[in-house]
Amino acid sequence: MNIGKQIKEGLLTQNPVLVQLLGMCSTLAITTTVSNGIGMGLSVTVILTLSNIFISLLRKIIPEQVRIAAYIVVIAGFVTMVDLLLQAFFPDIAESLGVFIPLIVVNCIILARAESFASKSKPLPAAIDGICQGLGYTMVLIVMSAIRELLGSGTLNGAQVFPTEYAASMLALPVGGFLTLGCLIAFMQWVQSKAKGGK
Amino acid sequence: MDYKDLNLIGSSSPHIRTRDGAGHIMGEVLIAMVLPLAFAVYNFGPRALSTAAVSVAGCCLFELLYRLMMKKGNTLGDLSAAVTGVLIAFVCPVTIPYWILLIGDFFAIVVVKQLFGGVGKNFLNPALAARAFMLSWAGEMTTWVGPRSTIPAWGSFDAATYPTPMSFLHEGNLSGLQQMYDIPKMFVGLTGGSMGEVSALLLILGGLFLIWRKVITWYIPVSYIGTVALLTFLFPRGNDPLQWMLYNLLGGGLLLGAFFMATDYVTSPVSHLGQAIFGIGCGLITVFIRYFGSYNEGVCYAILFMNLTVWLIDKSIKPHRFGVVKAKAERRRKPRQSPKKEALKK
Repeated sequence: MNIGKQIKEGLLTQNPVLVQLLGMCSTLAITTTVSNGIGMGLSVTVILTLSNIFISLLRKIIPEQVRIAAYIVVIAGFVTMVDLLLQAFFPDIAESLGVFIPLIVVNCIILARAESFASKSKPLPAAIDGICQGLGYTMVLIVMSAIRELLGSGTLNGAQVFPTEYAASMLALPVGGFLTLGCLIAFMQWVQSKAKGGK
Repeated sequence: MDYKDLNLIGSSSPHIRTRDGAGHIMGEVLIAMVLPLAFAVYNFGPRALSTAAVSVAGCCLFELLYRLMMKKGNTLGDLSAAVTGVLIAFVCPVTIPYWILLIGDFFAIVVVKQLFGGVGKNFLNPALAARAFMLSWAGEMTTWVGPRSTIPAWGSFDAATYPTPMSFLHEGNLSGLQQMYDIPKMFVGLTGGSMGEVSALLLILGGLFLIWRKVITWYIPVSYIGTVALLTFLFPRGNDPLQWMLYNLLGGGLLLGAFFMATDYVTSPVSHLGQAIFGIGCGLITVFIRYFGSYNEGVCYAILFMNLTVWLIDKSIKPHRFGVVKAKAERRRKPRQSPKKEALKK
Protein backbone atom coordinates (compact mmCIF):
# COMPACT_ATOMS: atom_id res chain seq x y z
CA MET A 1 0.00 0.00 0.00
CA ASN A 2 1.42 3.31 -1.06
CA ILE A 3 -0.60 6.34 -0.03
CA GLY A 4 1.74 8.88 -1.62
CA LYS A 5 1.51 7.14 -4.95
CA GLN A 6 -2.28 6.97 -4.75
CA ILE A 7 -2.55 10.68 -3.98
CA LYS A 8 -0.24 11.58 -6.86
CA GLU A 9 -2.13 9.29 -9.24
CA GLY A 10 -5.54 10.60 -8.25
CA LEU A 11 -4.64 14.27 -8.49
CA LEU A 12 -2.16 14.28 -11.37
CA THR A 13 -0.79 11.32 -13.26
CA GLN A 14 -4.02 9.31 -13.32
CA ASN A 15 -6.41 12.22 -12.89
CA PRO A 16 -9.89 10.83 -13.62
CA VAL A 17 -10.97 13.67 -15.91
CA LEU A 18 -7.79 14.97 -17.51
CA VAL A 19 -5.94 11.68 -18.01
CA GLN A 20 -8.45 8.84 -17.81
CA LEU A 21 -11.10 11.01 -19.52
CA LEU A 22 -13.88 9.67 -17.30
CA GLY A 23 -17.00 11.49 -16.20
CA MET A 24 -16.79 14.00 -19.04
CA CYS A 25 -20.55 14.48 -19.34
CA SER A 26 -21.04 15.89 -15.87
CA THR A 27 -17.76 17.80 -16.13
CA LEU A 28 -18.91 19.60 -19.26
CA ALA A 29 -22.43 20.19 -18.09
CA ILE A 30 -22.16 21.53 -14.57
CA THR A 31 -18.98 23.61 -14.58
CA THR A 32 -20.72 26.91 -15.18
CA THR A 33 -20.29 28.27 -11.63
CA VAL A 34 -17.74 27.54 -8.94
CA SER A 35 -20.38 26.60 -6.37
CA ASN A 36 -21.76 24.00 -8.76
CA GLY A 37 -18.28 22.62 -9.29
CA ILE A 38 -17.57 22.30 -5.58
CA GLY A 39 -20.99 20.78 -4.84
CA MET A 40 -20.74 18.24 -7.61
CA GLY A 41 -17.12 17.39 -6.89
CA LEU A 42 -17.67 16.78 -3.19
CA SER A 43 -20.83 14.74 -3.82
CA VAL A 44 -18.93 12.50 -6.21
CA THR A 45 -16.04 12.20 -3.75
CA VAL A 46 -18.34 11.10 -0.93
CA ILE A 47 -20.20 8.62 -3.11
CA LEU A 48 -17.01 7.30 -4.66
CA THR A 49 -15.35 6.73 -1.28
CA LEU A 50 -18.36 5.02 0.30
CA SER A 51 -19.11 2.83 -2.69
CA ASN A 52 -15.44 1.90 -3.01
CA ILE A 53 -15.40 0.76 0.64
CA PHE A 54 -18.61 -1.23 0.27
CA ILE A 55 -17.67 -2.85 -3.00
CA SER A 56 -14.30 -3.74 -1.54
CA LEU A 57 -16.01 -5.36 1.46
CA LEU A 58 -18.39 -7.27 -0.79
CA ARG A 59 -15.77 -8.21 -3.36
CA LYS A 60 -15.72 -11.90 -2.38
CA ILE A 61 -19.50 -12.24 -2.18
CA ILE A 62 -20.48 -10.60 -5.48
CA PRO A 63 -20.58 -13.22 -8.27
CA GLU A 64 -18.44 -12.41 -11.28
CA GLN A 65 -21.33 -12.56 -13.76
CA VAL A 66 -23.57 -9.94 -12.14
CA ARG A 67 -20.88 -7.68 -10.71
CA ILE A 68 -21.80 -4.58 -12.73
CA ALA A 69 -25.43 -4.79 -11.64
CA ALA A 70 -24.33 -5.28 -8.05
CA TYR A 71 -22.01 -2.24 -8.24
CA ILE A 72 -24.81 -0.15 -9.67
CA VAL A 73 -27.13 -1.12 -6.82
CA VAL A 74 -24.50 -0.15 -4.23
CA ILE A 75 -23.70 3.13 -6.01
CA ALA A 76 -27.38 3.96 -6.50
CA GLY A 77 -27.97 3.52 -2.80
CA PHE A 78 -25.32 6.08 -1.91
CA VAL A 79 -26.40 8.45 -4.67
CA THR A 80 -29.95 8.43 -3.31
CA MET A 81 -28.59 9.22 0.15
CA VAL A 82 -26.49 12.11 -1.07
CA ASP A 83 -29.30 13.39 -3.26
CA LEU A 84 -31.73 13.50 -0.35
CA LEU A 85 -29.14 15.05 1.97
CA LEU A 86 -28.38 17.79 -0.57
CA GLN A 87 -32.06 18.51 -1.04
CA ALA A 88 -32.51 18.76 2.72
CA PHE A 89 -29.48 20.87 3.62
CA PHE A 90 -28.32 22.59 0.42
CA PRO A 91 -31.50 23.12 -1.61
CA ASP A 92 -29.84 25.80 -3.81
CA ILE A 93 -27.06 23.49 -4.95
CA ALA A 94 -29.47 20.59 -5.39
CA GLU A 95 -31.63 22.85 -7.53
CA SER A 96 -28.83 24.03 -9.79
CA LEU A 97 -27.22 20.61 -10.18
CA GLY A 98 -30.61 19.15 -11.02
CA VAL A 99 -30.55 15.84 -12.81
CA PHE A 100 -26.78 15.51 -12.61
CA ILE A 101 -26.86 14.27 -9.01
CA PRO A 102 -29.07 11.24 -9.82
CA LEU A 103 -26.92 10.71 -12.90
CA ILE A 104 -23.87 10.10 -10.69
CA VAL A 105 -25.17 6.51 -10.59
CA VAL A 106 -23.92 6.01 -14.10
CA ASN A 107 -20.90 8.27 -13.74
CA CYS A 108 -18.11 6.24 -15.24
CA ILE A 109 -15.50 7.40 -12.70
CA ILE A 110 -17.29 5.50 -9.95
CA LEU A 111 -17.94 2.41 -12.04
CA ALA A 112 -14.39 2.42 -13.36
CA ARG A 113 -12.84 2.66 -9.90
CA ALA A 114 -15.17 -0.07 -8.61
CA GLU A 115 -14.26 -2.35 -11.47
CA SER A 116 -10.56 -1.65 -11.71
CA PHE A 117 -9.59 -0.97 -8.11
CA ALA A 118 -12.14 -1.52 -5.34
CA SER A 119 -13.11 -5.01 -6.47
CA LYS A 120 -9.48 -6.09 -6.21
CA SER A 121 -8.33 -4.30 -3.04
CA LYS A 122 -8.84 -4.25 0.69
CA PRO A 123 -11.25 -1.66 2.13
CA LEU A 124 -8.61 0.82 3.37
CA PRO A 125 -6.73 1.26 0.07
CA ALA A 126 -10.10 1.36 -1.69
CA ALA A 127 -11.23 4.19 0.59
CA ILE A 128 -8.01 6.13 -0.01
CA ASP A 129 -8.37 5.55 -3.74
CA GLY A 130 -11.92 6.90 -3.60
CA ILE A 131 -10.81 10.03 -1.75
CA CYS A 132 -7.86 10.68 -4.05
CA GLN A 133 -9.75 10.10 -7.29
CA GLY A 134 -12.69 12.11 -5.98
CA LEU A 135 -10.45 15.02 -5.05
CA GLY A 136 -8.77 14.84 -8.45
CA TYR A 137 -12.21 15.15 -10.04
CA THR A 138 -13.19 17.97 -7.67
CA MET A 139 -9.98 19.84 -8.43
CA VAL A 140 -10.61 19.76 -12.16
CA LEU A 141 -14.23 20.82 -11.68
CA ILE A 142 -13.17 23.80 -9.55
CA VAL A 143 -10.46 24.94 -11.96
CA MET A 144 -12.76 24.54 -14.95
CA SER A 145 -15.74 26.23 -13.39
CA ALA A 146 -13.55 29.08 -12.13
CA ILE A 147 -12.21 29.68 -15.64
CA ARG A 148 -15.64 29.47 -17.22
CA GLU A 149 -17.39 31.57 -14.60
CA LEU A 150 -14.70 34.26 -14.55
CA LEU A 151 -14.27 34.63 -18.31
CA GLY A 152 -17.82 33.69 -19.25
CA SER A 153 -19.81 35.94 -16.95
CA GLY A 154 -17.25 38.08 -15.13
CA THR A 155 -17.99 36.66 -11.70
CA LEU A 156 -16.13 34.36 -9.36
CA ASN A 157 -18.24 32.30 -6.97
CA GLY A 158 -21.04 34.82 -7.43
CA ALA A 159 -18.93 37.95 -6.77
CA GLN A 160 -18.63 40.37 -9.68
CA VAL A 161 -15.00 40.70 -10.79
CA PHE A 162 -15.46 42.77 -13.93
CA PRO A 163 -18.58 44.02 -15.74
CA THR A 164 -20.56 41.30 -17.47
CA GLU A 165 -20.63 43.11 -20.82
CA TYR A 166 -16.89 42.46 -21.19
CA ALA A 167 -17.26 38.71 -20.53
CA ALA A 168 -17.10 36.16 -23.34
CA SER A 169 -20.52 34.59 -22.84
CA MET A 170 -19.50 31.84 -25.26
CA LEU A 171 -17.48 30.26 -22.45
CA ALA A 172 -20.53 29.85 -20.23
CA LEU A 173 -22.30 27.99 -23.04
CA PRO A 174 -21.65 24.29 -23.84
CA VAL A 175 -19.09 25.37 -26.46
CA GLY A 176 -17.02 26.88 -23.69
CA GLY A 177 -17.15 23.64 -21.73
CA PHE A 178 -15.60 21.67 -24.56
CA LEU A 179 -13.08 24.42 -25.25
CA THR A 180 -11.94 24.73 -21.63
CA LEU A 181 -11.77 20.97 -21.12
CA GLY A 182 -9.77 20.54 -24.31
CA CYS A 183 -7.30 23.21 -23.25
CA LEU A 184 -6.94 21.69 -19.76
CA ILE A 185 -6.35 18.19 -21.15
CA ALA A 186 -3.75 19.56 -23.56
CA PHE A 187 -2.10 21.45 -20.71
CA MET A 188 -2.02 18.29 -18.60
CA GLN A 189 -0.42 16.33 -21.43
CA TRP A 190 2.15 19.08 -21.85
CA VAL A 191 2.97 19.10 -18.13
CA GLN A 192 3.30 15.33 -18.03
CA SER A 193 5.54 15.18 -21.07
CA LYS A 194 7.70 17.93 -19.51
CA ALA A 195 7.88 15.95 -16.27
CA LYS A 196 9.01 12.88 -18.16
CA GLY A 197 11.86 14.94 -19.60
CA GLY A 198 10.45 14.98 -23.10
CA LYS A 199 10.40 17.97 -25.33
CA MET B 1 35.33 14.80 -71.86
CA ASP B 2 36.37 16.16 -68.55
CA TYR B 3 33.45 17.43 -66.55
CA LYS B 4 35.53 18.84 -63.73
CA ASP B 5 36.29 22.08 -65.53
CA LEU B 6 32.65 22.81 -66.31
CA ASN B 7 30.86 25.32 -64.15
CA LEU B 8 28.14 22.92 -62.90
CA ILE B 9 26.59 22.37 -59.54
CA GLY B 10 25.97 18.74 -58.69
CA SER B 11 22.74 18.19 -56.76
CA SER B 12 19.93 15.69 -56.56
CA SER B 13 16.42 16.43 -57.79
CA PRO B 14 14.20 18.50 -57.75
CA HIS B 15 15.96 20.86 -60.12
CA ILE B 16 13.17 23.21 -61.10
CA ARG B 17 12.52 25.73 -58.41
CA THR B 18 9.54 27.98 -57.88
CA ARG B 19 9.12 31.04 -55.75
CA ASP B 20 5.72 29.79 -54.51
CA GLY B 21 6.26 29.57 -50.80
CA ALA B 22 3.59 30.14 -48.20
CA GLY B 23 4.67 33.77 -47.95
CA HIS B 24 4.36 34.31 -51.69
CA ILE B 25 0.85 32.80 -51.84
CA MET B 26 -0.38 34.70 -48.80
CA GLY B 27 1.05 37.85 -50.37
CA GLU B 28 -1.15 37.26 -53.42
CA VAL B 29 -4.17 36.82 -51.14
CA LEU B 30 -3.32 40.12 -49.43
CA ILE B 31 -3.12 41.83 -52.84
CA ALA B 32 -6.54 40.42 -53.75
CA MET B 33 -7.97 41.90 -50.56
CA VAL B 34 -6.67 45.43 -51.14
CA LEU B 35 -9.60 46.53 -53.31
CA PRO B 36 -12.37 45.30 -50.97
CA LEU B 37 -10.52 46.98 -48.09
CA ALA B 38 -10.26 50.23 -50.03
CA PHE B 39 -13.96 50.05 -50.75
CA ALA B 40 -14.69 49.46 -47.06
CA VAL B 41 -12.80 52.68 -46.25
CA TYR B 42 -14.82 54.49 -48.92
CA ASN B 43 -18.12 53.02 -47.70
CA PHE B 44 -17.68 53.14 -43.93
CA GLY B 45 -15.03 55.75 -43.23
CA PRO B 46 -11.46 55.75 -41.86
CA ARG B 47 -12.35 53.36 -39.05
CA ALA B 48 -12.39 50.51 -41.57
CA LEU B 49 -8.70 51.04 -42.24
CA SER B 50 -7.77 51.39 -38.58
CA THR B 51 -9.79 48.27 -37.71
CA ALA B 52 -7.92 46.25 -40.32
CA ALA B 53 -4.59 47.67 -39.11
CA VAL B 54 -5.34 46.86 -35.47
CA SER B 55 -6.45 43.35 -36.40
CA VAL B 56 -3.35 42.63 -38.48
CA ALA B 57 -1.10 44.05 -35.78
CA GLY B 58 -2.89 41.98 -33.14
CA CYS B 59 -2.59 38.74 -35.10
CA CYS B 60 1.09 39.30 -35.85
CA LEU B 61 1.80 40.23 -32.24
CA PHE B 62 0.07 37.16 -30.81
CA GLU B 63 1.81 34.91 -33.32
CA LEU B 64 5.20 36.43 -32.50
CA LEU B 65 4.65 36.24 -28.74
CA TYR B 66 3.44 32.64 -28.83
CA ARG B 67 6.34 31.49 -30.99
CA LEU B 68 8.79 33.30 -28.72
CA MET B 69 7.22 31.87 -25.59
CA MET B 70 7.30 28.33 -26.97
CA LYS B 71 10.87 28.88 -28.22
CA LYS B 72 9.86 28.09 -31.78
CA GLY B 73 10.97 29.89 -34.91
CA ASN B 74 9.41 33.14 -36.03
CA THR B 75 6.74 32.49 -38.66
CA LEU B 76 5.58 36.04 -39.38
CA GLY B 77 7.28 35.82 -42.76
CA ASP B 78 4.69 33.45 -44.20
CA LEU B 79 2.15 36.28 -43.87
CA SER B 80 -0.65 33.90 -42.86
CA ALA B 81 -1.14 35.85 -39.62
CA ALA B 82 -1.56 39.04 -41.63
CA VAL B 83 -4.14 37.38 -43.90
CA THR B 84 -6.04 36.11 -40.85
CA GLY B 85 -5.91 39.63 -39.42
CA VAL B 86 -7.44 41.22 -42.50
CA LEU B 87 -10.09 38.49 -42.76
CA ILE B 88 -11.11 38.95 -39.12
CA ALA B 89 -11.57 42.66 -39.78
CA PHE B 90 -13.54 41.80 -42.94
CA VAL B 91 -16.11 39.68 -41.08
CA CYS B 92 -16.78 42.31 -38.38
CA PRO B 93 -18.95 45.38 -38.53
CA VAL B 94 -16.94 48.57 -38.79
CA THR B 95 -18.13 49.72 -35.37
CA ILE B 96 -16.55 46.77 -33.56
CA PRO B 97 -14.65 47.91 -30.43
CA TYR B 98 -10.91 47.31 -30.77
CA TRP B 99 -10.70 45.18 -27.62
CA ILE B 100 -13.19 42.64 -28.99
CA LEU B 101 -11.16 42.58 -32.18
CA LEU B 102 -8.01 41.80 -30.22
CA ILE B 103 -9.74 38.97 -28.33
CA GLY B 104 -10.82 37.58 -31.69
CA ASP B 105 -7.21 37.84 -32.94
CA PHE B 106 -6.01 35.99 -29.86
CA PHE B 107 -8.58 33.24 -30.33
CA ALA B 108 -7.79 32.81 -34.02
CA ILE B 109 -4.02 32.80 -33.72
CA VAL B 110 -3.36 31.15 -30.38
CA VAL B 111 -6.30 28.81 -29.77
CA VAL B 112 -7.27 27.78 -33.29
CA LYS B 113 -3.91 27.94 -35.04
CA GLN B 114 -0.86 27.77 -32.79
CA LEU B 115 -2.17 25.32 -30.18
CA PHE B 116 -2.71 22.84 -33.00
CA GLY B 117 0.78 23.34 -34.36
CA GLY B 118 0.80 26.57 -36.30
CA VAL B 119 0.32 27.33 -39.96
CA GLY B 120 -0.94 24.34 -41.94
CA LYS B 121 -2.27 22.51 -38.92
CA ASN B 122 -5.36 24.47 -37.93
CA PHE B 123 -8.53 22.41 -38.25
CA LEU B 124 -10.83 25.40 -38.67
CA ASN B 125 -10.52 28.59 -40.63
CA PRO B 126 -9.01 30.87 -37.94
CA ALA B 127 -10.86 34.01 -39.02
CA LEU B 128 -14.26 32.33 -39.04
CA ALA B 129 -13.64 30.53 -35.76
CA ALA B 130 -12.74 33.92 -34.29
CA ARG B 131 -15.97 35.38 -35.64
CA ALA B 132 -17.98 32.56 -34.07
CA PHE B 133 -16.23 33.21 -30.76
CA MET B 134 -16.66 36.98 -31.02
CA LEU B 135 -20.42 36.48 -31.25
CA SER B 136 -20.14 36.26 -27.45
CA TRP B 137 -20.62 40.00 -27.77
CA ALA B 138 -23.66 39.66 -29.98
CA GLY B 139 -24.72 43.28 -29.62
CA GLU B 140 -21.39 44.72 -30.75
CA MET B 141 -21.09 42.16 -33.54
CA THR B 142 -24.44 43.05 -35.06
CA THR B 143 -24.37 46.86 -34.90
CA TRP B 144 -24.47 47.77 -38.57
CA VAL B 145 -24.08 51.24 -39.99
CA GLY B 146 -25.48 52.39 -43.29
CA PRO B 147 -23.59 52.84 -46.58
CA ARG B 148 -21.45 55.96 -47.14
CA SER B 149 -21.07 56.67 -43.44
CA THR B 150 -17.83 58.18 -42.16
CA ILE B 151 -16.96 56.50 -38.90
CA PRO B 152 -13.85 58.10 -37.39
CA ALA B 153 -10.95 55.88 -36.42
CA TRP B 154 -11.02 57.07 -32.84
CA GLY B 155 -13.61 58.79 -30.67
CA SER B 156 -17.35 58.58 -30.43
CA PHE B 157 -19.70 57.96 -33.31
CA ASP B 158 -23.39 57.51 -33.77
CA ALA B 159 -23.83 53.74 -34.04
CA ALA B 160 -27.47 53.43 -34.98
CA THR B 161 -28.46 49.95 -36.07
CA TYR B 162 -29.17 49.98 -39.76
CA PRO B 163 -30.93 47.20 -41.65
CA THR B 164 -28.62 45.11 -43.79
CA PRO B 165 -29.75 43.14 -46.84
CA MET B 166 -29.49 40.00 -44.74
CA SER B 167 -32.15 41.11 -42.26
CA PHE B 168 -34.61 41.61 -45.15
CA LEU B 169 -33.68 38.24 -46.64
CA HIS B 170 -34.16 36.54 -43.29
CA GLU B 171 -37.66 37.97 -43.01
CA GLY B 172 -38.35 36.96 -46.62
CA ASN B 173 -39.20 40.61 -47.33
CA LEU B 174 -38.13 40.88 -50.97
CA SER B 175 -40.12 44.00 -51.85
CA GLY B 176 -38.76 45.90 -48.85
CA LEU B 177 -35.25 44.94 -49.87
CA GLN B 178 -35.88 46.04 -53.46
CA GLN B 179 -37.03 49.45 -52.23
CA MET B 180 -34.02 49.90 -49.97
CA TYR B 181 -31.22 48.56 -52.17
CA ASP B 182 -31.56 47.89 -55.89
CA ILE B 183 -29.44 45.25 -57.63
CA PRO B 184 -26.76 47.66 -58.98
CA LYS B 185 -26.26 49.04 -55.47
CA MET B 186 -25.90 45.52 -54.11
CA PHE B 187 -23.43 44.68 -56.85
CA VAL B 188 -21.23 47.70 -56.27
CA GLY B 189 -21.60 47.35 -52.51
CA LEU B 190 -23.37 50.51 -51.34
CA THR B 191 -25.10 48.63 -48.52
CA GLY B 192 -24.69 48.03 -44.83
CA GLY B 193 -22.95 44.94 -43.51
CA SER B 194 -19.62 43.54 -42.42
CA MET B 195 -16.59 45.51 -43.58
CA GLY B 196 -15.32 43.19 -46.25
CA GLU B 197 -18.52 41.61 -47.50
CA VAL B 198 -20.35 44.54 -49.05
CA SER B 199 -18.82 44.94 -52.50
CA ALA B 200 -19.72 41.95 -54.65
CA LEU B 201 -17.92 43.45 -57.66
CA LEU B 202 -14.56 43.84 -55.94
CA LEU B 203 -14.79 40.48 -54.20
CA ILE B 204 -15.40 38.77 -57.55
CA LEU B 205 -12.46 40.70 -59.02
CA GLY B 206 -10.29 39.61 -56.11
CA GLY B 207 -11.45 36.01 -56.50
CA LEU B 208 -10.76 36.04 -60.25
CA PHE B 209 -7.31 37.47 -59.52
CA LEU B 210 -6.62 34.56 -57.17
CA ILE B 211 -7.86 32.03 -59.72
CA TRP B 212 -5.77 33.70 -62.44
CA ARG B 213 -2.68 33.61 -60.22
CA LYS B 214 -3.44 29.91 -59.52
CA VAL B 215 -3.61 30.59 -55.79
CA ILE B 216 -7.05 28.99 -55.60
CA THR B 217 -8.93 26.69 -57.95
CA TRP B 218 -12.44 27.43 -59.18
CA TYR B 219 -13.98 24.22 -57.82
CA ILE B 220 -14.95 25.43 -54.35
CA PRO B 221 -16.22 28.93 -55.24
CA VAL B 222 -18.21 27.71 -58.25
CA SER B 223 -19.78 24.73 -56.48
CA TYR B 224 -20.52 26.83 -53.39
CA ILE B 225 -22.07 29.80 -55.18
CA GLY B 226 -23.76 27.50 -57.71
CA THR B 227 -25.47 25.48 -54.98
CA VAL B 228 -26.74 28.62 -53.28
CA ALA B 229 -27.94 30.01 -56.63
CA LEU B 230 -29.75 26.82 -57.56
CA LEU B 231 -31.45 26.38 -54.18
CA THR B 232 -32.54 30.00 -53.86
CA PHE B 233 -33.81 30.01 -57.45
CA LEU B 234 -35.82 26.83 -56.94
CA PHE B 235 -37.24 27.82 -53.57
CA PRO B 236 -37.73 31.60 -53.67
CA ARG B 237 -39.54 33.69 -51.14
CA GLY B 238 -41.58 36.36 -52.84
CA ASN B 239 -42.76 36.13 -56.41
CA ASP B 240 -39.55 36.76 -58.33
CA PRO B 241 -37.14 33.81 -58.23
CA LEU B 242 -34.43 35.54 -60.26
CA GLN B 243 -34.35 38.64 -58.06
CA TRP B 244 -34.48 36.53 -54.92
CA MET B 245 -31.54 34.49 -56.17
CA LEU B 246 -29.50 37.57 -57.07
CA TYR B 247 -30.07 39.18 -53.69
CA ASN B 248 -29.07 35.96 -51.98
CA LEU B 249 -25.87 35.78 -54.01
CA LEU B 250 -24.88 39.42 -53.62
CA GLY B 251 -25.98 39.91 -50.02
CA GLY B 252 -24.12 38.75 -46.95
CA GLY B 253 -20.76 37.09 -46.79
CA LEU B 254 -21.32 34.51 -49.52
CA LEU B 255 -18.79 35.87 -52.02
CA LEU B 256 -16.22 36.70 -49.35
CA GLY B 257 -16.61 33.23 -47.85
CA ALA B 258 -16.61 31.40 -51.18
CA PHE B 259 -13.50 33.07 -52.60
CA PHE B 260 -11.39 33.87 -49.56
CA MET B 261 -12.37 31.53 -46.74
CA ALA B 262 -13.72 28.23 -48.04
CA THR B 263 -10.69 28.02 -50.32
CA ASP B 264 -8.18 28.04 -47.45
CA TYR B 265 -5.70 25.26 -48.29
CA VAL B 266 -5.50 23.81 -44.82
CA THR B 267 -9.20 23.49 -44.20
CA SER B 268 -10.44 22.35 -47.60
CA PRO B 269 -10.16 18.96 -49.33
CA VAL B 270 -7.20 18.06 -51.51
CA SER B 271 -8.91 16.45 -54.50
CA HIS B 272 -11.00 18.41 -57.00
CA LEU B 273 -14.01 16.15 -56.50
CA GLY B 274 -13.64 16.60 -52.76
CA GLN B 275 -13.50 20.37 -53.22
CA ALA B 276 -16.72 20.26 -55.22
CA ILE B 277 -18.42 18.22 -52.49
CA PHE B 278 -17.06 20.65 -49.91
CA GLY B 279 -18.50 23.60 -51.85
CA ILE B 280 -21.89 21.95 -52.29
CA GLY B 281 -22.02 21.16 -48.58
CA CYS B 282 -21.19 24.78 -47.73
CA GLY B 283 -23.93 25.96 -50.08
CA LEU B 284 -26.55 23.62 -48.64
CA ILE B 285 -25.84 24.61 -45.03
CA THR B 286 -25.69 28.30 -45.91
CA VAL B 287 -29.14 28.20 -47.50
CA PHE B 288 -30.54 26.06 -44.68
CA ILE B 289 -29.35 28.52 -42.04
CA ARG B 290 -30.57 31.53 -44.02
CA TYR B 291 -34.00 29.94 -44.51
CA PHE B 292 -34.62 28.11 -41.26
CA GLY B 293 -32.03 29.35 -38.75
CA SER B 294 -32.34 32.06 -36.16
CA TYR B 295 -29.27 33.90 -37.52
CA ASN B 296 -29.52 36.13 -40.57
CA GLU B 297 -26.39 34.78 -42.16
CA GLY B 298 -25.13 31.21 -42.43
CA VAL B 299 -21.87 31.46 -44.37
CA CYS B 300 -19.64 31.48 -41.29
CA TYR B 301 -21.17 28.38 -39.72
CA ALA B 302 -21.52 26.58 -43.03
CA ILE B 303 -17.81 26.88 -43.76
CA LEU B 304 -16.84 26.03 -40.19
CA PHE B 305 -19.03 22.95 -40.28
CA MET B 306 -17.64 21.78 -43.60
CA ASN B 307 -14.10 22.43 -42.29
CA LEU B 308 -14.82 19.72 -39.75
CA THR B 309 -15.78 17.23 -42.46
CA VAL B 310 -12.67 17.74 -44.59
CA TRP B 311 -10.86 14.73 -43.14
CA LEU B 312 -13.89 12.58 -43.98
CA ILE B 313 -14.11 13.88 -47.55
CA ASP B 314 -10.38 13.41 -48.07
CA LYS B 315 -10.53 9.91 -46.68
CA SER B 316 -13.44 8.78 -48.81
CA ILE B 317 -12.08 10.23 -52.05
CA LYS B 318 -8.74 8.64 -52.60
CA PRO B 319 -7.21 9.06 -56.03
CA HIS B 320 -6.65 5.91 -58.08
CA ARG B 321 -3.12 4.65 -57.93
CA PHE B 322 -1.68 3.27 -61.11
CA GLY B 323 -1.79 -0.53 -61.17
CA VAL B 324 -4.09 -1.00 -58.22
CA VAL B 325 -7.30 -1.51 -60.17
CA LYS B 326 -6.50 -5.00 -61.35
CA ALA B 327 -5.56 -6.28 -57.94
CA LYS B 328 -8.75 -4.91 -56.49
CA ALA B 329 -10.90 -6.53 -59.17
CA GLU B 330 -9.24 -9.86 -58.54
CA ARG B 331 -9.87 -9.59 -54.86
CA ARG B 332 -13.53 -8.87 -55.52
CA ARG B 333 -13.86 -11.98 -57.65
CA LYS B 334 -12.25 -14.17 -55.06
CA PRO B 335 -13.17 -12.82 -51.64
CA ARG B 336 -10.54 -13.57 -49.09
CA GLN B 337 -12.00 -15.38 -46.14
CA SER B 338 -10.99 -14.39 -42.70
CA PRO B 339 -9.43 -17.15 -40.57
CA LYS B 340 -12.29 -16.83 -38.10
CA LYS B 341 -14.92 -17.67 -40.67
CA GLU B 342 -12.94 -20.64 -41.88
CA ALA B 343 -12.61 -21.86 -38.35
CA LEU B 344 -16.35 -21.54 -37.87
CA LYS B 345 -17.02 -23.60 -41.00
CA LYS B 346 -14.94 -26.42 -39.68
